[in-house]
Amino acid sequence: MNSFFERRYVIAGIFITLILVLLARLFYIQVVDDRYALYASQNVVRKFVKYPARGPILDRTGKIMVQNEPVYDITVVPKQVKEFDTVEFCKLLGIDREGYDKRMIKARKYSPYRTSVFEKQVTVEQYAAFQERLSEFPGFDTQQRSLRTYPDTAAAQFLGYIGEATDAIIKRSNGYYRPGDYVGITGVEKSYETVLRGQRGVENMMVDSRNVRKGKYANGAFDTSAVAGERLISSLDMTIQKLGEKLMTNKVGSIVAIEPSTGEILCFVSSPTYDPNLLVGRQRGNNAAALYKDPYKPFFTRPVQAYYPPGSSFKPLSALIGLQEGIIKPTDTYNCIGYYMAGNHRVKCTHVHGTVNLAGAIAGSCNGYFNMVFAKVLNAQGGKNTDASYTSWKANVNKFGFGERLGVDIPSEGKGLVPTANYYDKIYHRGGWRSTTVASLAIGQGELLATPLQLANIEATIANHGFYYKPHLIKAIGDKQVIKKEYTVKNYVGIDAQYFEPVINGMQSVVDYGTGQGSKIPGIVMCGKTGTAQNPHGKNHSLFVAFAPRDNPKIAIAVVVENSGDGGTWAGPIASFIVEQYLKGSISKRPSGIYPEYYIKKNLLPAIIVKPVDKARIKADSIRKATADSVKKAAIDSVSKLKSAKNAQQNKLTALLPKRRGDE
Amino acid sequence: MNNQRSFFFNVDWLTVLLYLALCTIGWFNIHAAVFDENHRSIFDMDTQYGKQFIYIMSALVIGTVILLLESRFLSALAPVFYVVTVLLLLVVLVAGRNVGGNQAWIDMGGGFRLQPSEFAKFATCLLLARYLSATNVKVTDPKSFLIAGGIIFLPMLLIKMQPDDGSTLVFCSLILVLYREGLSVYFLIIIGLLVALFISALLVSVWYIIIAIIIIAALLLFMFGRNRKFATGVIIGLVVAIGFVFVAKPLYLHGLKPHQRVRIDEVLGLSKDLRGVGYNQNQSKIAIGSGRVWGKGYLQGTQTKYAFVPEQSTDFIFCTVGEEWGFAGSVVVLGLYLFLLLRIIVIAERQRAPFSRIYGYGVASIIFCHVIINIAMAIGYMPVIGIPLPFISYGGSSLWSFTILLFILLKLDSNRMGLSTDRF
Repeated sequence: MNSFFERRYVIAGIFITLILVLLARLFYIQVVDDRYALYASQNVVRKFVKYPARGPILDRTGKIMVQNEPVYDITVVPKQVKEFDTVEFCKLLGIDREGYDKRMIKARKYSPYRTSVFEKQVTVEQYAAFQERLSEFPGFDTQQRSLRTYPDTAAAQFLGYIGEATDAIIKRSNGYYRPGDYVGITGVEKSYETVLRGQRGVENMMVDSRNVRKGKYANGAFDTSAVAGERLISSLDMTIQKLGEKLMTNKVGSIVAIEPSTGEILCFVSSPTYDPNLLVGRQRGNNAAALYKDPYKPFFTRPVQAYYPPGSSFKPLSALIGLQEGIIKPTDTYNCIGYYMAGNHRVKCTHVHGTVNLAGAIAGSCNGYFNMVFAKVLNAQGGKNTDASYTSWKANVNKFGFGERLGVDIPSEGKGLVPTANYYDKIYHRGGWRSTTVASLAIGQGELLATPLQLANIEATIANHGFYYKPHLIKAIGDKQVIKKEYTVKNYVGIDAQYFEPVINGMQSVVDYGTGQGSKIPGIVMCGKTGTAQNPHGKNHSLFVAFAPRDNPKIAIAVVVENSGDGGTWAGPIASFIVEQYLKGSISKRPSGIYPEYYIKKNLLPAIIVKPVDKARIKADSIRKATADSVKKAAIDSVSKLKSAKNAQQNKLTALLPKRRGDE
Repeated sequence: MNNQRSFFFNVDWLTVLLYLALCTIGWFNIHAAVFDENHRSIFDMDTQYGKQFIYIMSALVIGTVILLLESRFLSALAPVFYVVTVLLLLVVLVAGRNVGGNQAWIDMGGGFRLQPSEFAKFATCLLLARYLSATNVKVTDPKSFLIAGGIIFLPMLLIKMQPDDGSTLVFCSLILVLYREGLSVYFLIIIGLLVALFISALLVSVWYIIIAIIIIAALLLFMFGRNRKFATGVIIGLVVAIGFVFVAKPLYLHGLKPHQRVRIDEVLGLSKDLRGVGYNQNQSKIAIGSGRVWGKGYLQGTQTKYAFVPEQSTDFIFCTVGEEWGFAGSVVVLGLYLFLLLRIIVIAERQRAPFSRIYGYGVASIIFCHVIINIAMAIGYMPVIGIPLPFISYGGSSLWSFTILLFILLKLDSNRMGLSTDRF
């Protein structure tokens, strides 16, 4: 044998050693280290979100107010994008190269590895053409979404709109929403977002290295299906809603009607309004920008956001508090000599009413009578304790939901304003003011401000003889017809039922032969009150509040027509048409000769006076990109500016106690 | 008749069994690697696994033919094989077909392609065996060493020009044959040290390495410094090592092509580009690692099935083994290889004729080199080098050349009694 025979052991040793080294390494990556199994599943499993259909919204009769229409988005995962024919791609989607780059940068900024929307809501034709050639564009995909459509184009501010989740919304949602998701921005769409959006489903799909779907992962064991959003049944009656919107054409103002026995809002008109279909689809941005620039502010939800001095429509409430406090009796009379002496100031009344009792004072809207009542209320604890008396009066007013939020189920509800005693203390120093100082509160003027919703709710409370259900716009959620519990509770206002009849008598007289007789509806006993709200922005606001029929009331209503004049002239007839349509299903020929078309055609839009401040702001607005948030904020800013301007002016008015033109 | 029976009796059936086992494993794993739900039949001739079945069958025919050949004929024709192979390697450089950057194939018509570098392996082994088995040749002799080295180096050079780094590297393994035939152990040690120094030079600062070398040299001198000869050796070694360390980095930066360098960087962790250069290896590691202990099951590997690993039926076939059969599968496959290699050593050592023994070691070295490089590459221990896994990877040329390589040894082995009257 040759002398190197033993070297075979060395060679065998080398073989064994190196193979053992490989096995040791294999043992480590296959048995010890469990990361690779995870990586492999990350490689192959992709989560695909299944978007549920957003819940539809129906009116109280089951008519569809908003439903869904399928549209297609083009999505992209930037890291998966490889070289492809960009020219052809851009042509397919109808965009230019610059637009392509811009979209890619945005997508990459969100996440290079996650799906984001590249192009929204492409047309069906574009979708079909793109889908066919999808394999040529690695990294891109299509995704079906649904858009909202509004068959009736009505109740825009009530429904609100949905829009793409902003960065702020995404942040607040703790990652629930992702860029490109749609969320409710205003109205019911916002307040019922969590119910309407449904539940997203997840589909775990296996994909190959080219991201082509290869089938379900684990036979769908970890998949969840999308649960469609709940169907909402609104309390609105589309017939009177549409009638109301028609009647309010070319007018600024609101109509709010409530069913007293439930608190359901039957009619929710904010005028001017807009076609909700404008805020859907690809033209959405342009349309929204145009609407934001509209000086009459169609996005302003007047029924819950606009503040008006209630004017004379406040008088029934004033009377009720007086009765409950035992300060007046229905039979107490007051002799109106055409003015009321508030201290040494004369407060003018509309007429010389002569001797009036409670009902007569309401029917004739006698300012003097209510000044008298108010003075008595504020002096109930002695002239030196006006503060305390005022505070207790304010508490009584607040119980009606006036000066507080009613908790309606859409966002941005305003509180209205009933100033605190403290407020007057600050202006006149403590003890420096008397009932005479704030006399205009007696007739719903001065600092008092209410939303149309609050006005309507007061009527519902009177109709119910002392309680109300919180007004709400959604009467049932989902198939089980759930209603929020807070809307099924009676809220008592602290006025005994017995005190309502005399007041209601007066209110019936208003319509029967008083200031609102133009609104009389044949065959229906309606109880109402006109109001003519003085305001610093020009002509008086025309107000009318009412409920009907007197026995077993079915509808309580408040109508405001801004800067149009007397309550009985515009708001009253408009309210009467709504009430009649709702109660009788049609509008009859009136003995007074009025008919809806006249009111529909009448243009009562106040002239727009562009103040220098506003001019500057409008300029700034047009320079700034009109994103939803900024413009909305601007709108709110302007409202608060208006409000403070109003307040400032009113402070002055109250202080000087100027000659005040009373109500009719 | 009697002659025939004893012939078959003399064939080492254990090796044949190991061979068949590996071929079968290969066939099934190729099926899994290119598996498509729409083509379920494993005999579909349009697919790689269908073709591999044909390759296996034809390889068995080739093997049988080799067993029926006259073995003296092999030794005699060794120079002819070698010359023909070298000529083919020259032809391929001129008229070859370039696939994936390697000019390694000669079109034979009918869709059939010949890869001369595959056949260079056994031709080189045969000539090396024939030369070293000559009575007056000793590896320790510088002249013989140079000639033996030349026999190995010539095809290496031609293959390097294709350029096929993997196959070039395989020829280096023949140093084990020279070692078995008497080459000084220092050759192996020095090569090992140079590789270690080279890698260290890429990873850490030159100065650290020099300090380390000097410390080691000082220690050696302190302990064994009395032996003059040893001390001189250490000092020479020290100087050479320091010089090499300085040369290593520039050599690496300028001597290697960029694509080779980035692959080495990736393995050494000098760069991390899992979506570019490191993609293959990372996906390969994920495939193997995700197999865990028992694997995902036959045809259940998502990494392989959904094409995350490229070249998965050829160079990265071990991914399929690791993913679908897990660590258990890895142990079985590597166990079979080890068993085969040790068996080849046993066969080689029982030869009377040095020619057969030397050839046997050549076979073992080449198979060993393929296995180690291929799997080390698949698990990220080596840069990506395109080299098939013997008997398992898809491909006719590779399977046939390994079959020829192995069956020539079996033929020589079956004749070992006939060549000598002495009993082993």
